[in-house]
Amino acid sequence: MSFQHSATARPKAFCFFFSKKKTFFLASFVTALTLCNLSVAYGRVPILRGVSFDVAAGECFGLVGESGCGKSTAALAALRALPRGGRITGGGVSIAGRDLAALSASGLRRLWARDVSMVYQDPSRALNPTLTVGAQVAEAFAVLGVADAVARAEAMLGTVQIPRPARAMAAYPHQLSGGTQQRVVIAMALAKDPKLLVLDEPTTGLDATVEAGILDLVDALRRGRGTSVLLISHNLRMVARMCDRIGVLYAGSLVELGAASDILRAPRHPYTARLVACLPDGVRRKQDGALQTIAGQLPAPGAAMPACVFAPRCDRAEAVCLTTAPPEAWEGGHMARCHFAPSFSAAPDALREDPGAAMPENAGAAGPENAGAVVPKDAGGAMPENAGAAMPKDAGAAGPDSLDVATAGRPVLQAVGLAKTYAGSGGPVRAVSALDFSLYAGQTLGLVGESGSGKTTLARMLLGLTAPDAGGEVLLDGKAMGARLADRSRAERQAVQIIFQNPDSALNRAHRVRRILARPLAHLAGLRGRALGEAVAALARGVRLGEAQLAMRPRALSGGLKQRVAIARAFAGKPRVVICDEPTSALDVSVQAAILNLLAGLQRREGVAYVFISHDLAVVRYLADRIAVMYLGQMVEIGPADAVLAGPHHPYTAALVAAARGQREERVGEPVTGGACVFFANCPWRIEGLCNVVLPPFDAGAVHAVRCHLAIENLPKTEKKGLLF
Amino acid sequence: MRAATLHAIGQRGALSALTLALLSMVVFAGGQVLPGDVGRSILGPLADARAVAVLNHQLGTDAPPLLMYARWVGHLLRGDMGMSYAYRSPVAPFILHALGKSLALAGMTLAIVIPLSIGAGVWAALHHGRWQDRLVSLGGLSLTVVPEFVSGILLVLVFGVWLRVLPTSANTRAGAGMWQEARHLILPALPLVLVLFGYISRIARAGMVDALEADYTRTAMLKGLPRRMVIWRHVLRNALLPTITVIAAQTSYLLGGLVVVETLFRYQGIGSLILTAARGKDYPMLEAGILTVGTAYILSAVLADVLVGLLDPRSQAGAR
Amino acid sequence: MVLQRALKGTKVFWFFFSKKNCLLAFLMSVVRRLLASPGFLAGSAIVLFWVVCAVFGPWLEPQSPYADDLINTLSPPTAAHWFGTDQIGRDIFSRIIAGARPILSVAPAATLLATVCGTALGLLTGYAGGWVDRVLSRLIEVILALPLIVVALLVLVALGPSSLNVTVVIALVFTPIIARTVRSAVIAECKLDYVPAAQLRDEGALHIMFREILPNITPPILVEVTVRLGYAIFTVASLSFLGFGIQPPSPDWGLTIAENYGLIVGGYGWTVGFAAVATASLVVGVNLLAEGLQEVLR
Repeated sequence: MSFQHSATARPKAFCFFFSKKKTFFLASFVTALTLCNLSVAYGRVPILRGVSFDVAAGECFGLVGESGCGKSTAALAALRALPRGGRITGGGVSIAGRDLAALSASGLRRLWARDVSMVYQDPSRALNPTLTVGAQVAEAFAVLGVADAVARAEAMLGTVQIPRPARAMAAYPHQLSGGTQQRVVIAMALAKDPKLLVLDEPTTGLDATVEAGILDLVDALRRGRGTSVLLISHNLRMVARMCDRIGVLYAGSLVELGAASDILRAPRHPYTARLVACLPDGVRRKQDGALQTIAGQLPAPGAAMPACVFAPRCDRAEAVCLTTAPPEAWEGGHMARCHFAPSFSAAPDALREDPGAAMPENAGAAGPENAGAVVPKDAGGAMPENAGAAMPKDAGAAGPDSLDVATAGRPVLQAVGLAKTYAGSGGPVRAVSALDFSLYAGQTLGLVGESGSGKTTLARMLLGLTAPDAGGEVLLDGKAMGARLADRSRAERQAVQIIFQNPDSALNRAHRVRRILARPLAHLAGLRGRALGEAVAALARGVRLGEAQLAMRPRALSGGLKQRVAIARAFAGKPRVVICDEPTSALDVSVQAAILNLLAGLQRREGVAYVFISHDLAVVRYLADRIAVMYLGQMVEIGPADAVLAGPHHPYTAALVAAARGQREERVGEPVTGGACVFFANCPWRIEGLCNVVLPPFDAGAVHAVRCHLAIENLPKTEKKGLLF
Repeated sequence: MRAATLHAIGQRGALSALTLALLSMVVFAGGQVLPGDVGRSILGPLADARAVAVLNHQLGTDAPPLLMYARWVGHLLRGDMGMSYAYRSPVAPFILHALGKSLALAGMTLAIVIPLSIGAGVWAALHHGRWQDRLVSLGGLSLTVVPEFVSGILLVLVFGVWLRVLPTSANTRAGAGMWQEARHLILPALPLVLVLFGYISRIARAGMVDALEADYTRTAMLKGLPRRMVIWRHVLRNALLPTITVIAAQTSYLLGGLVVVETLFRYQGIGSLILTAARGKDYPMLEAGILTVGTAYILSAVLADVLVGLLDPRSQAGAR
Repeated sequence: MVLQRALKGTKVFWFFFSKKNCLLAFLMSVVRRLLASPGFLAGSAIVLFWVVCAVFGPWLEPQSPYADDLINTLSPPTAAHWFGTDQIGRDIFSRIIAGARPILSVAPAATLLATVCGTALGLLTGYAGGWVDRVLSRLIEVILALPLIVVALLVLVALGPSSLNVTVVIALVFTPIIARTVRSAVIAECKLDYVPAAQLRDEGALHIMFREILPNITPPILVEVTVRLGYAIFTVASLSFLGFGIQPPSPDWGLTIAENYGLIVGGYGWTVGFAAVATASLVVGVNLLAEGLQEVLR
């Protein structure tokens, strides 16, 4: 790429000009944004520590990091729009050659009005709820002194591909779907034809197919207009697809910077290398062995940091990492802030084969923090025995070939005609319509679908928390269970448990971990006294929690440890079935892998069956033996995991797989109801007069069932390879 | 959308009617069932039992409670609020006269307090975290809990007796002009203003702070709009919506305060009417007065809901 | 059965003071932060002053608050009578000190009673939901539709004014207000997943309400209680002023103002001024205390 050559030298040159205040010289460089040694603090808590990077004209630059690493702060500081309490403590920012710190209030406003735009995470909050969409978009034109602001606004809504712009103009934000709201925000951002567009997690919270559409739009528009883009996200692969170059933030420091392809294929910083390696790739299954993990946890903002911020979690760290700040090691256009960067080369594949590296997130007896205690390079043997790493490759309880087991096992849980209708203000709303499926002992059924697909309602019905419509039943070992929790026997309640999505909500913050684990043991397993105490300790050991954590309250634990407590609680009563409702989606990527390993290990040991709900196909792929796909309350496909993902599969499944791979199927947009087939309105293969009139047949008993009128040979296929590359 | 609005208003009206019906039961229970023997409670413990029975028969209070309630409501619906025991004449004209006077005092109070407290709340929010903010928050909150008769006494001592700038009596001589009447209402209104000020300004400030830190405000700012426009167009409307509901809810405090202030300033409003009736055990008058006050509160709540419904596009779909 | 339930109730009560509970440790950390707030310190100093007056009043008063002195009526403040005397020559300074006791017994008692009833009611309506919630909420709304003072008048006319009746009436009126606060906190807690998690492991409704939910909503209840205490003092004083609260010859401040406010225009301001300042200082003190607590507990 053309800019790569100059990338090495440019930041240093800029810092020089900053120090001399000769900002007018900067105009000669064609950079849209320069951050030079930028440090930001909230009160006394430092958030960013000396971050430097630049975004060339027309370039798309990605900033990646886990939660709390300072991504959003960087975005707001770049526009000089930090919220109350935030201030720049060092370094500077320049946009299109102008030093932001030197701008007057009116100069800054002119810059905001003409040169920069920002789109942030939650579009429903970025739009004023009491003004119409038209008024808000027109405002962005009016401030430029455009005469026909309203007409231009309407045209712009068309440009961002909102159907029927005139109607959207008159609507209030809450009347639009999340995806359309984000398009409105993008329309406002593009009104001024900005030199720099900052996107802060623009698609987090949107469904995969909607996300693909938004990203497509952004990509097309920025290429067409030559806009520079700063894209901020926690999703490394999404950023890699969109951007030319990437910067990786960790704990407020930029640890690596380089061309997108280099960062993913040949990371030079240990953190990036591990982060890339611990992502499920859509190929790997639990039978193939444990996932890579990163020891320890993210440092809390304001915590004392060693010289190298990653040293406490790094398996390559040596004494020098604690005492001397690592220098920026440049090689071509590729920077890594690591003492060992020149000698470091880590192909992700090579890392994955190293069994000692697969450590649980709270590795070591030092407890959850193990900060400061640098894990020595050869410490693999000193780690507590790791379930995942010790797992023989062919030891999956269900056997290696999931096509066989689909019919081999005995169903432990069956849903028969399970449906749920809620009374809505505009008539009854069907949340789930007549589901039939079986869950086999010791297996995982992955449940995939976007928001509104009825996944959570289904989970609540299986648990007895929500009573299904009359006629629907949940069978345990072939016997019908009560519709409500109150109608179920103790044995039945004990048999079906759940791991909730968010451990903060699922664990009672007033109680200590010991009590959280002891109550279900006492109630469901009937233990008392010493036996209870020992059972609690054993249960905690099973999920690698120590005695120290038992005495703590959830608040004192990190996200990963909290989820371990929630998992232990679900397993307290020796359940037959555990429903996992997006158990890793509230966690950081570096913690997710350890939880997935733990779930796989527990399943093997306890022979429990999972219903694993997730929107992340790669995660589902890792754990699931079979996959069911839901859309608008209906099951559109169920079958062995490989077959469902590779196809021939339902057109909607094809759209999901494509979205996960960053490709967008034609005409797949937001859910629209209408027609007998729920996917009719969005289906590229629809047959008018058939699909919208006749409900497609569905043989729930088949090994692989697809609810579609198309013949098997005509169904779309995805060639079998990684989902995400 | 209009149909939805009407539907929501209708629903709110039905709920209010239900509340009103329940309220009448509570008032009836308090006024006629709780005292037990009304005749005895009027004539005192030493009166002759036969005299008590005769009085009870005269008043109609010897009937079974349910029948009495039905009779009472029946009369109410026809606009007949009953006969006062003390004045031996219909209650309604007294209530109407007193209501008029009280509305004047309440109107004066609201006319002062609404602009004052909203202005102070907005001012505090714009100086979030600085001394202006602390002054309004702590000062307002401290004034809110001082009983009206206490602040009333202190205000009279300062403005009426010491400085002599305001008339200490709420009542004007006959034939005084409107301006003169309003001047006499200032001192009685001030204690009520002080009680309401802290709460309303606090809500206005909180709404303002939330709106100032909201994402949509940053969106507007980053559009390059002038600060004045950001605040008028984007912040104020969102910030003051919750304040409307709060002002309506505070009507209850206002009406309660009327009892105290009207007594302190010897003003013949509904509050002092209720108190006089309570002292004289004039139950029909007491019940009618309390029911009037409750109705006024319910009406103000409905009014606030309708107002919020018109100003907030989100509330039209799902009003309570 | 009833007895058993009552016993269970006391167990729940003692739970708050048991060593196992976090409340004590939590309170210690709260106290440490409170001591850093100037508003809270000022508030507690004022309240402490009046509590001392209420408890040790008889030892602090220079003269009997009830002894009349018909020669020295309406005397302005002098060395013998620091705050002057009233219409029948009683020493106002002594009466102000003695006046702390009636209000500081009635208002806290009423608040405590309302807290217990309101918390139970709020937990029940918030957790049970459905028709129980709808019926009780509607009733609560009706009581709240009437001004406090008016409801109190209605009941006190029927029952007759006395300190006990005032306590009961204020508790009655505050119960739905506290119940409403508790209810909304409970509803917010019930949206969290630990509640279904407890149901899934077979816990009873009482256990979930009192042992799972209640510890998490203690801070808002605590704040509500201090705020209510301020308003209880407000209401007791107002009722005394109207003649339906504490009865003569009590040296209660509200009562003192009611007996003497007609004299203001005549220039006898001291007969009511000191009582007014005393009342105002007590309510403001309680309020500063509540405000400090609220800031720390949030």
